[in-house]
Amino acid sequence: MLTILFDGIAYGMLLFVLAVGLSVTMGLMNFINLAHGAFAMTGGYVTVLLMQRMDVPFLLCLPAAFISTAVLGVIFERTLYRHMYHRSHLDQVLFSIGLTFMSVASMTYAMSSSQQIIQLPEWLKGRTEIGEGTWVLGMGHYRIFLIVICALLAWGLQAILTHSRFGSRLRASVDDQRVAAGLGINVNGIFMITFAAGSGLAGLGGALGIEVLGLDPSFPLKYLIYFLIVVAVGGTSSITGPLFAALLLGIADVAGKYYIPQMGAFIVYTLMIVILLWRPHGLFERKGGK
Amino acid sequence: MESASLSLQAHSRWKHLETVFWLFALLSPWLLAKHALIINEIVIVALFALSLDLILGYTGIVSLGHAAFFGFGAYSAALFAIHVMPDPLLGLLFGAGISLLLGALCSVLILRGSDLTRLMVTLAVALILKELSNKLSWLTGGTDGLQGVMMGPVLGKFDFDIRGITAAWYSLAVTFLLFLLIRRLVHSPFGATLTAIRDNRLRAMAIGIPVSTRIAVIYSISAAIAGAAGALLAQTSSFASPDVFAFDRSADILLILVIGGTGWLYGGIIGAIVFKLLQDVISSITPEYWTFWIGAFLIALVIVGRERFLYPWKWFAKR
Repeated sequence: MLTILFDGIAYGMLLFVLAVGLSVTMGLMNFINLAHGAFAMTGGYVTVLLMQRMDVPFLLCLPAAFISTAVLGVIFERTLYRHMYHRSHLDQVLFSIGLTFMSVASMTYAMSSSQQIIQLPEWLKGRTEIGEGTWVLGMGHYRIFLIVICALLAWGLQAILTHSRFGSRLRASVDDQRVAAGLGINVNGIFMITFAAGSGLAGLGGALGIEVLGLDPSFPLKYLIYFLIVVAVGGTSSITGPLFAALLLGIADVAGKYYIPQMGAFIVYTLMIVILLWRPHGLFERKGGK
Repeated sequence: MESASLSLQAHSRWKHLETVFWLFALLSPWLLAKHALIINEIVIVALFALSLDLILGYTGIVSLGHAAFFGFGAYSAALFAIHVMPDPLLGLLFGAGISLLLGALCSVLILRGSDLTRLMVTLAVALILKELSNKLSWLTGGTDGLQGVMMGPVLGKFDFDIRGITAAWYSLAVTFLLFLLIRRLVHSPFGATLTAIRDNRLRAMAIGIPVSTRIAVIYSISAAIAGAAGALLAQTSSFASPDVFAFDRSADILLILVIGGTGWLYGGIIGAIVFKLLQDVISSITPEYWTFWIGAFLIALVIVGRERFLYPWKWFAKR
């Protein structure tokens, strides 16, 4: 049982890294970006290519995935996304679905539609067990690695957001764009950096997730709903909201699939609908903002 | 007084062009007998798009999961044909009716929250149904779906043939009748309140329109029509699989509606014709990468703006 909880936490942490960029962009620009998964997929493929074709070690691939996706994010933000900020939600949805479709098709063309696998380094492959009987805790080394990395990231993001100058500017822009711009904050610039970081994190999540979630060209569509659940349930106000939502989702999903496999993903969707009925703006609603 | 009511009614009159269009549409299976299969497909998609237009175009509710009702109608019609009786019209009524109930249930979910919440909830409903159709294999045949659903003759006279001519007639007739109904509905005072809700929900509420009830009613009606479209698909193709709930289908139908224009009855129909013909042409050239081009098309459409995309001369018009 502890093992399931542990796997759920690892899974949830991964979802958090994948989705946190989406929650910040959605909170900042009120932009519904359904193409977020496409960035994650790009990060995953960068890793696969680097590892398979050029034998780059796994640990080096992670920053590479982050940087390349972040650069891609900046390019897209400057050329395409910025035209969409003040459009209606319907336009944003159509635009980002279009982008997702294109990325799926081009990845199928470039990389074939099969599942990609990577060889993890030896020290990440094993498994440690603690305790015995029903309370045995089996921890895959890779999952420990995931939890450590993601926890560090979450902590780092929270620190940047609450204790740095950039963080306070970002929070000001989220709360009220016009007033923030009036105070001399470069809202567009802030948004560009945030978007890049968010896409980069998605790419990193995609790279980390190859082992857990798998990677094939339908990735952006398959996990779209999970990202959206994290954002919709967690709210867009803070880091803790999405983190909590991601952990909840991860644990519910893993436990649901283990205990009641015939229900499949059913539990997660039902849970989400119930939460959204109860609190339509997410569990952690932003107070005081616009 | 007389002239005022006349001018108010003027836009709900039948125009000549509309008459010509429907005459041609109703005769098309006979004129283009070779293409009866694709006509049937277009008609079903057009009906589906019409149903989405009722909530998106007229009431302003974004939905990413309208395929839920389409698929629900398809499965219930197919199951009705297998377990109860093979009469298509009764099956159609059953499919639409049961989708109406589902729509009424789901309308509770879309009343609260923001656009994002609504997108999520509608999407989740479609996914839940897809999951159900996958798992309840004793009822739905699991991933294989329900194959070889035997249908009886329409009205006890017209058998479904292999060339799809009866199917096309049948779908066209049903769609035409439902179109008349929808047309009457949106031009009625009820329809006017829907547009009021779309344009400004707060003011609509202030002048005494029961917003929640209206949304619930139109959502259920829209669900019923989507269910009817799904039932038509299941009956004419004698097949229903979990694919009917797929996300692509909800996204496609949104796209179709946007190509043709929302809040306009012929939007969905024209969109369906353009989309299906494009799909036919592009798929015959590059079968696998249809999604790529549809994605590119979507982005171009949104960036350039629908108006300017469809009427390129507006690029140069004064803003």
